[in-house]
Amino acid sequence: MHTFDIGRRDALRSGANFALVAAAISAGVLPTSAFADWNKAAFDAKSLNDVVKAFGGSSVDKSGDITITAPDIAENGAVVPIAIASKIPNTESIAILVEKNPNALAAQFDIPSGTEPNVGTRVKMGQSSNVFAVVKAGGKYYVATKEVKVTLGGCGG
Amino acid sequence: MADPMRIRAQLKDGGVTEVRVLMAHIMETGQRKDGSGKIVPAHHIQNVTATWNGKTVLTAQFGPAVSQNPVMNFSFKGGAKGDKVSVSWSDNKGDKRTDEATIS
Amino acid sequence: MKSQTIVTLAAAVVLPFAMLAHADDTQKEIERYRQMIADGNPAELLEMRGEELWKQKRGPKNATLETCDLGLGAGKVQGVNAVLPRYFADVDRVMDLESRLVHCENTLQGFSMAELTKNPHSMKAGERQTDHEALVAYIVGQSRGAKVDLPQTHPKELESYLRGEKMFFFKGGPYDFACATCHGVDGQRIRLQDLPNFQKPDNAQRAFTTWPAYRVSQGAMRTMQWRLLDCFRQQRMPELQFLSQASIDLITYMGVKAKGGVMDAPAIKR
Ligand code: HEC
Repeated sequence: MHTFDIGRRDALRSGANFALVAAAISAGVLPTSAFADWNKAAFDAKSLNDVVKAFGGSSVDKSGDITITAPDIAENGAVVPIAIASKIPNTESIAILVEKNPNALAAQFDIPSGTEPNVGTRVKMGQSSNVFAVVKAGGKYYVATKEVKVTLGGCGG
Repeated sequence: MADPMRIRAQLKDGGVTEVRVLMAHIMETGQRKDGSGKIVPAHHIQNVTATWNGKTVLTAQFGPAVSQNPVMNFSFKGGAKGDKVSVSWSDNKGDKRTDEATIS
Repeated sequence: MKSQTIVTLAAAVVLPFAMLAHADDTQKEIERYRQMIADGNPAELLEMRGEELWKQKRGPKNATLETCDLGLGAGKVQGVNAVLPRYFADVDRVMDLESRLVHCENTLQGFSMAELTKNPHSMKAGERQTDHEALVAYIVGQSRGAKVDLPQTHPKELESYLRGEKMFFFKGGPYDFACATCHGVDGQRIRLQDLPNFQKPDNAQRAFTTWPAYRVSQGAMRTMQWRLLDCFRQQRMPELQFLSQASIDLITYMGVKAKGGVMDAPAIKR
């Protein structure tokens, strides 16, 4: 806290400095409070339902408007490419869950307006499992499922 | 200090900018044991923010199940060639990193 | 009969083709998986680090590597991996990429050979990749798209090839394996890996043009020298010396066999 205060006073002392800091913040160089909190409860949850609950939802419906692109068989569970596209209007967020991982939730993306409801990343899978895509749209939760087989677990040699 | 990211931002037909981010991070799960049988503590990226011209175009939260050296793909409308896309991440030990790319 | 021997001896990890013939669909799906992960190869991160190192003043002589001659003239990086190993007049011998790089770090930057060859490869899971690996990643990445064409005009280049060939077929170790035992037969697989048959140009090209490679299972990029060290272990042979003449000769042999292939390294592999 102390150092932060000093930094701020320094910055305020000179207009030029202040402008620099402001520019740095807007350029994303100093992401002081730019980061949302990390949803520990959701990342600790063990099941689809518990993750949705931790997101603040009360129920989750199956949807045919969510596409999961993933391999049927992944050669190595340490790297399983997953892409999710939602056609549900007003998609606000997309989450990737692996049913049989120790903790189900792998990643969650917030989709501001102007950003396509279509994201991709790579996740670890300890064993063959269902992958869930959970989409929040219009305040409600939707899910789609795809099975991915893994020939070599996430920590295999 | 964290190694730089590799960010690729390309303008596609229909005015959509496609972004691919490659981050250098160990993404340690906290479940692996080292040679002496001790658990290696979790060390992973938690938050990612992407901005374009100062506007947030994506935020993400990662758990330890995201693969080592994370990849993130997304796309947004409105970008123009020459615009900057900036990506920042922070991890559970307080390390952070910000890098920038020009839309091509 | 040969493959039979391997099944029993190599801890049952080698399966003859017939046993896996039913797994063709699996193989197709695995191929799709490999394509899906190709874009987003973490080796690109290492290439970036290597480029910085290449241009950075380092070592007791505080010099960059930018005047290093990797085989196509001082300072030229593009395409060099497609013509290495080759003969270098200044040292009067054939060198592979890693030997030449280390040579430049020694002569231009003043690092001692002992220092440079002590821990060239990262080993443990999660260990930071070495500067050597980063530099190799950068240099090799600059050869993408170049056609493999090792010079075989200098007598020493020809000798290197012939020694490499001999070694490739030389049987040794407790199981009496040669490289050719695993890499001289068609359709040989270990787990789901097709083992390249170096007698076939397309096989040799695919193998040679995709090393160094990022190994998903190890979370690290591995160099060609590392690949050979690892195959010596597969063969249960005494450890191959880093940058030894034997290692260079084997790379020469494989590179000559891969003539015409298009460099696409660092690749990404299981
Ligand atoms: C016991 C069998 C065995 C022997 C003997 C052997 N290798 Fe290998 N080699 C393998 C296996 C298995 C792989 C694939 C490993 C993998 O993908 O994890 C491989 C891969 C390779 C590759 C990379 C191919 C590619 O497409 O990625 C090269 C190059 C290679 N070996 C060279 C050699 C050389 C040179 C020798 C002799 C010094 C040798 N190997 C001896 C089993 C062997």
